[in-house]
Amino acid sequence: MGRYLSTLRIFWIASLTAELEYKANFVIELVATAGNLVGSIFVLSLFYGRGQSLGGWSWEGALVVLGVYTLLEGVTSTLLQPNLSTIVAHVRTGSLDFVLLKPIDSQFWLSARTFSPWGLPGIALGAALIGYAAWKAGATPSPPTLLAAALMLVASLLILYSLWFVLAASSIWFVKIWNATEVLRSVLVAGRFPVSAFPAGLRAFFTFVVPVAFLTTVPAEAILGRASGPWLLAGGAVAAGSMALSRWFWQFALRFYTSASS
Amino acid sequence: MRPPLAQRLGHARRIAAVLLSSQYAYMLEYRAEIVLWALSGVLPFIMLGLWSAVDAGGGLGMSSLQLARYFLSAFVVRQFTIVWVMYTFEEDNLTGRLSPYLLQPLPLVWRYVAAHLSEQATRLPFVAMLVGLFFLLYPAAFWWPSLASVLLAMLATLAAFALRFLMQFTLTMVCFWSEKASALERLLYLPYLYLSGLVAPLALYPEGVRNFAFWTPFPYMVDVPARILAGETVPVLQSFAAMAAWAALLLPINLLLWRRGLRHYSAMGA
Repeated sequence: MGRYLSTLRIFWIASLTAELEYKANFVIELVATAGNLVGSIFVLSLFYGRGQSLGGWSWEGALVVLGVYTLLEGVTSTLLQPNLSTIVAHVRTGSLDFVLLKPIDSQFWLSARTFSPWGLPGIALGAALIGYAAWKAGATPSPPTLLAAALMLVASLLILYSLWFVLAASSIWFVKIWNATEVLRSVLVAGRFPVSAFPAGLRAFFTFVVPVAFLTTVPAEAILGRASGPWLLAGGAVAAGSMALSRWFWQFALRFYTSASS
Repeated sequence: MRPPLAQRLGHARRIAAVLLSSQYAYMLEYRAEIVLWALSGVLPFIMLGLWSAVDAGGGLGMSSLQLARYFLSAFVVRQFTIVWVMYTFEEDNLTGRLSPYLLQPLPLVWRYVAAHLSEQATRLPFVAMLVGLFFLLYPAAFWWPSLASVLLAMLATLAAFALRFLMQFTLTMVCFWSEKASALERLLYLPYLYLSGLVAPLALYPEGVRNFAFWTPFPYMVDVPARILAGETVPVLQSFAAMAAWAALLLPINLLLWRRGLRHYSAMGA
């Protein structure tokens, strides 16, 4: 475990140094993230401005959902996207061989090798929005609420990671799979809104097929102190299940990996 | 001495035919990828889900059928106005492929235009299938647009594509001076996303925001063609005039930057 942590530190410092060569990007990312947040709040206001609500959620509650979504987007561009987008190239050029030969878990290496600071504004803005909206909504930061919120946020991060990793790992078979993550990204946009705002069919789809509900709605419920036992259990179970699935899927996919020249 | 006009036109027609057919063959090779790109345009359907659930409460000023037709039309219009020239150009520039292209006796922009048009042709059958699936799931929303509105919507979509291409290609010129120019496209995409009508018909925007939006080029890129296709009344002449005005503003800037950029260009790695 200690070895993995120290390796992680070296990885991230190295990639941070490389990324900071492009400082102007930070300004662009900050403006883009803030602008996107303003746009999303504007879309929410289109619904709430005419006195309607989204699936019975209050304005502040919907803002918490949006905050969780912004946070997840930040994590995606900090860790998931920069790391998992390289699997395709490794498979195509055959350099996955070298990754597999390293004396470290290959899934860990592929998932944590680089760190891109450009998602940090998203993480910060998301956290700030969650804090502000939860306070406005009158949520009390009692220990059980904080614990449930932390647990559900971790669960949602694990589910998001597994979705991305399984798609990216499919490139062992289909080299041109990278666009599939764009499809995933565009479907996850639904996570900007509470899942109960959708009609029944879509709600079922976003709960059972693509678990968008567990990514943003369930953590938001936990943050607002409304989490019920069954949902907490389900969130934990989906997270554990999808992590196990991603682990198994990687082992399974590697059995079909035959290097680039063969 | 320049050859007569008829000969020049025939020459241009032959070049266009070769460019389009070779690009189409190339795009067909990547049809699986293009299907995935097409699928990633599901945003209008997600928004339709939200708006129709809200509409159950009533009082939007748009019936649920109108909403369904609008968002389906917005999906179709979006599919045929997607522009990615900035990313291709950036890659061509960074990998040095730009130099041989520039040596050809053909303005480079036509190569990219042909690639976009061919990609749209590759999308066409898949988009038709998705539209069919939509009506299968939601048969009540089915409608036959009149021939006139189909033709007009096609024209408006083509104009929207041209305007968006011109806009992005103008921004693309920054690639001559910067290696990571495509990050700028993220900034241009923001007003496009929220003002074009992809997330909601502009009719549902507060009046102030709507009036402001129509002073920008963005509503003409989705909202206007989509409403024409959905059979709603649109100030057609005024919209086309606005698009022409924006194009007339952008074109000189584009040409100027292109000339300046070429002078600055010194081939990657050279």
